[in-house]
Amino acid sequence: MTEPAPPDPAPPEGGAITVNVLTGFLGSGKTHLLNRLLRLPELGGVAVLINEFGEVGLDHLLVEALDDEVVLLASGCVCCSIRGDLKEALVGLHDRMRRGLVPPFDRVVLETTGLADPGPIVATLTADPVLCHHFRLGNIVTVVDALAGLHNLDAHPEALHQAAVADRLVISKTDMAAPDRLEALRTRLRAINPAAEVIESGADSPVPATLLVSDIHRPGAREAEVARWLAAEGDGAGHGHHHHHHDGSVRAFVLSAGAPLDWAAFGLWLSMLLNRHGTRILRVKGLLDIRGVDSPVVIHGVQHTIHRPEHLAAWPDGDRRTRLVFIVDGLDPALIRRSFSAFVTG
Amino acid sequence: MCGLCGVFGVARHWTDASGAADAGTGTAERIHRARVANRMLGLFGLSLREWAGRYTLASRTGRAAVVDNLGAVWPEAERLAGRPCDPLDPAVIAAMEARRD
Repeated sequence: MTEPAPPDPAPPEGGAITVNVLTGFLGSGKTHLLNRLLRLPELGGVAVLINEFGEVGLDHLLVEALDDEVVLLASGCVCCSIRGDLKEALVGLHDRMRRGLVPPFDRVVLETTGLADPGPIVATLTADPVLCHHFRLGNIVTVVDALAGLHNLDAHPEALHQAAVADRLVISKTDMAAPDRLEALRTRLRAINPAAEVIESGADSPVPATLLVSDIHRPGAREAEVARWLAAEGDGAGHGHHHHHHDGSVRAFVLSAGAPLDWAAFGLWLSMLLNRHGTRILRVKGLLDIRGVDSPVVIHGVQHTIHRPEHLAAWPDGDRRTRLVFIVDGLDPALIRRSFSAFVTG
Repeated sequence: MCGLCGVFGVARHWTDASGAADAGTGTAERIHRARVANRMLGLFGLSLREWAGRYTLASRTGRAAVVDNLGAVWPEAERLAGRPCDPLDPAVIAAMEARRD
């Protein structure tokens, strides 16, 4: 009996448009960062998706309004407001590019509102068959205000979640904050999300394009990215240490295993865990040693969504152990470890 | 179907991708996956069988559903079992540990 050929909806490697999510609490300086990013010559060919033109001070960059939803910026970038839902905006923008109505772009920067939880945005991008064919998720960049950041993390669960899901944390307004307060914020962010790179940004400090460009999908950057995740193990997350600030119950920990894992057992267990607790598993990222596979398998996800696994050419630092960084909200690391052991490695 | 380029396709589950040795999800791999799944599904009175490129999930009372991939197993399992399939439920973990012993 011949098997039906499986569908092949996977986007062509390198051909998909990267979507960066730019988030941060109200007043954290997202728009300021966006403005500076749009001036970088390395970031030509970017389309920006925002909620309303009025919210963003892009007037000085504006060249012409193409229609009610799309404007052209001096940098050659396209800026589009989201009128309906995210899917509609992305498909519409892609369609305009295909028809030659807007300059070509290979990256979309999606600026969320200050109160947004990035989880559903990520789910929309990766679960929708149309979108996942043309777009792939790049770095989630979260801006945290050096002045109000600590307070916001204490007072607003949205701010805490935004920090926890980030691939890059940008501390803004560093030139305005007292050194001890800045250090307290650094420590706090490391406890919440030890796997993210932290970039500090004052009014005049340069913003690196790598903030967006250097991500897990980029072959030359993959090793460094994974090394940063794994460094979390030695950063207090190794034992699920809970930093008793006012972080509610957000905590990071590392799950590790010495023996190779069965892919099916791991996949079933993680799927079961995400099906029941996905909204409380803010991030999972790490390396797996899979039975029958020589190279390490990279896995990463946000809440319910796990991205297509990738491979590294070699084991970093020669350590072949499976190591997974979890950032969870309100779940007990000890129970997750025991469950992993019972279902996957036992 | 993708409205932009006319390609048919559904979003594949991450477990369909490169796991063990590029085995993909051929019949032998799906049979293996079903066997692994049954160690877990047995806790909830369910079983999974490879079936023509997909899987059938069945309860002891004869309720059944077709699932495309491992990711689709758990929502259907909860529906058929009529209860949560929670890997963090201490009773579920203890039952799994007992199976391993």
